[in-house]
Amino acid sequence: MQVGLTHYLIVSALLFSFGLFAVVTRRNAILVLMGIELILNSANINFIAFSRYGGMKLDGQAFAVFIIILAAAEAAVALAIVLNIYQRFNTVNVDEVSKLKE
Amino acid sequence: MSPFVLIQASIDILLLPLVGFLILIFFGKKLPRQGDWLGTSILFIALSLSIFVFIQKLGIEESLMFSFPWVDFGNVPLIGSLRIDLGITVDNLSAIMMVVVCLVSTLVHLFSMGYMQGDVRYSRYFAYLGIFTFSMLIIVLTNNFFMMYVGWELVGLSSYLLIGHWYEKKSAADASKKAFIVNRIGDIGMFTGIMILYYTFRTFGFNEIFEAMSTGKVPMGSEAWLTAAGILIFCGAIGKSAQFPLHVWLPDAMEGPTPVSALIHAATMVAAGVYLIARTFPMMTADALMFIAYTGAITAFISATIAIAQNDIKKVLAYSTISQLGYMVMGLGVGAYTAGFFHLTTHAMFKAGLFLGSGSVIYAMHHALHHAHDHHTDPQDIRNMGGLKKKMPITFLTFLIYTLAISGVPLTSGFLSKDAVLAGTLAYGSLTGHYLIPIIGFLVAGLTAFYMFRIVILTFFGDHKDHHRIDQIHESPMTMVLPLIVFAVLSFFAFYSFNPIEADGGWFYHAVERPESVVPLSVQATHAEAFEEAVHHAHVPAMTLSLIVAGLGILGAFATYHWKKINADAWAARMSGVHTFLLNKWYFDELYGAVVVGGTMGITNMLRWFDNTIIDGLVNGTASWTRAVVFGYNDHWKEKHVGAKIFLLGGLFVGGLVAVLSYQWLLSPLPTIMSYVGAGTGALCSGLLTFFFFWSGAGGFDKYVVDGLVNGIAYFSGFSGLLFKKLQTGKVQTYIVFVLVGVMVLFFMFR
Repeated sequence: MQVGLTHYLIVSALLFSFGLFAVVTRRNAILVLMGIELILNSANINFIAFSRYGGMKLDGQAFAVFIIILAAAEAAVALAIVLNIYQRFNTVNVDEVSKLKE
Repeated sequence: MSPFVLIQASIDILLLPLVGFLILIFFGKKLPRQGDWLGTSILFIALSLSIFVFIQKLGIEESLMFSFPWVDFGNVPLIGSLRIDLGITVDNLSAIMMVVVCLVSTLVHLFSMGYMQGDVRYSRYFAYLGIFTFSMLIIVLTNNFFMMYVGWELVGLSSYLLIGHWYEKKSAADASKKAFIVNRIGDIGMFTGIMILYYTFRTFGFNEIFEAMSTGKVPMGSEAWLTAAGILIFCGAIGKSAQFPLHVWLPDAMEGPTPVSALIHAATMVAAGVYLIARTFPMMTADALMFIAYTGAITAFISATIAIAQNDIKKVLAYSTISQLGYMVMGLGVGAYTAGFFHLTTHAMFKAGLFLGSGSVIYAMHHALHHAHDHHTDPQDIRNMGGLKKKMPITFLTFLIYTLAISGVPLTSGFLSKDAVLAGTLAYGSLTGHYLIPIIGFLVAGLTAFYMFRIVILTFFGDHKDHHRIDQIHESPMTMVLPLIVFAVLSFFAFYSFNPIEADGGWFYHAVERPESVVPLSVQATHAEAFEEAVHHAHVPAMTLSLIVAGLGILGAFATYHWKKINADAWAARMSGVHTFLLNKWYFDELYGAVVVGGTMGITNMLRWFDNTIIDGLVNGTASWTRAVVFGYNDHWKEKHVGAKIFLLGGLFVGGLVAVLSYQWLLSPLPTIMSYVGAGTGALCSGLLTFFFFWSGAGGFDKYVVDGLVNGIAYFSGFSGLLFKKLQTGKVQTYIVFVLVGVMVLFFMFR
């Protein structure tokens, strides 16, 4: 069976759905971050798949590399924030961190 | 000597006192001795310069002029050329007057150094003397009406400041205000006169106006206007020279320090009016001159009669000043130009001396009373004096000389000038038939001699009432005595004419000649030559008569007050009506109090009533009307504003009709049936609206409609806020679900 664009897109859609599900359902900030990571990577798969099957040169790959770098930076900043939140509130549950609402 | 140097020197003389004033008013208190030496020495320099100018000027025939354009508006639309020149003129008249002013001022400065010693506002006093001298010199030197008026007002101002020098005393403050206001009444006349002249001639310069007049040009093409202008300008002199009916301020002005009375209210400022007449003499018509002559005569008579009954030494002198000013004015009015001005000069000397002499007496009395701790006895009342002859020999002797001069005793300057004035009046009487003027003139001459000797006898002769007090009286200090001696010396005939019975041959008559009249021939007074002829004839009878009346006056005074042959008190009691009348100064103050002050108060009260009732009623009525409209148909409405209700209803109905009609017409210039129907509907609507207003009041509309709208919007926002608040959980994951749902909705919509 020939692996085509559709397969890539289905994997990507599954990955996006898992990621979205994690972001929406998890209360733990770390897990939310992991969900975001999944969403970003599903986007990466889409970029590369469209680049490969769309007859383009390396545009998609270049985007993917950028996104990976951005994701790394984002993860670093987000983890630092989470660490700070934990130090202050002694929890990483995003629902409990609602001081600004009050 | 080039004329330029004389002009320059005159400008220096003019400005020196101003410089003195500026230095003293700002730094006076910091200077050693509070700067009295500065004011005095500056005046001494000015005096020396003025004597120099005077001597040089008498050698030059023509008068010197200097003027420059001050403001030039060019050609003003509807008005014409508008330009004001300032300038000075140095002729014989101003040169003589300059010396008189500077001399009196210098000696008064010197006298004041003694008299005012230890005064609270010592340096300010000298500063004011400086500004006074400056303003008087403006009047003397000016060659135009504009500067004359400026100087006129400045003199009024300095007089006000100096009369009110001791403003803590209510009488002094009142007197200064009185002097200022009464003078202002005269000044309005002068201002109007100047405006009449300016309107016609478009210039303020004396010479320019006189030149234009001599070509036959008269204000508004009528000689009557010329007479009016002359009389109106004379009004200024009436105020400043204290002529009837504005003479009331001068006696009160004696509240000022005595040297000031000598300087301002005897010798110089009051002479400004006479000087003004002399300056404007060429433009006076025969009628104006007659008016002037009669004013002078009436003034001389009234004040001489009042002077007899007064007991305050300064008051007597004040009334004698008014009387003598009346003489001068009368002299000028009858056409005895030189005589009138001559009397001004000689009178300045001996009247300044008389005042300074009285100042010396008051100073001595004051110190003696102060020593005895007596604060009740009036140091100015001649009834408290007597016997000062031995204690104050120099004051007595000089005072006697002045009195002889003012009474017109031969060998004095007063004899020469008074005789000349009287001869002039006699000549006028014979020429025109107005014999009342010479009769008053001779009568006043006798009265003057009488009351002047009355104060001399009561002050210096006889015995002093209180023997302890007389021991404390001494001759005044040197600075005060010296001016007395100088004035006494200048009261002798030799300084004016070497002939002791006639001034005609002296330098004065040579220097001051009656100017040619410039008014049209038909309204001219008697020509100078014819007048001189008449004066020549009148000279001997006038001299004889004046000698007789003066002798009678002096004799009467001695008989009454020295030898006690006539009992003055008995006479006063016998004619108590006349005596009270004179003692109260003919009730002029009371008359003016009732008519002028009372009239003003009456008008003011009327206006106050109008303001309080009508204006305030309108304002308050509007307010309560508005209030009634706002609060609607309530009890307030029901009770008080039935008329207003109807008015409001109808008014709004008509207003709505007009508004809708005009709107309709704006839309369609030609009214159609529809427009009328629209207008009717509009008016009906507006009527209904009006009724709603009327029923609930504008307050109802405001409360329900406007407030309802505003509050409704607020409630709506608040309600929607409450609703949306539920959605805003602050939970990010919920938002993501919303986003997801949103994206899916969009996806299915745009698939």
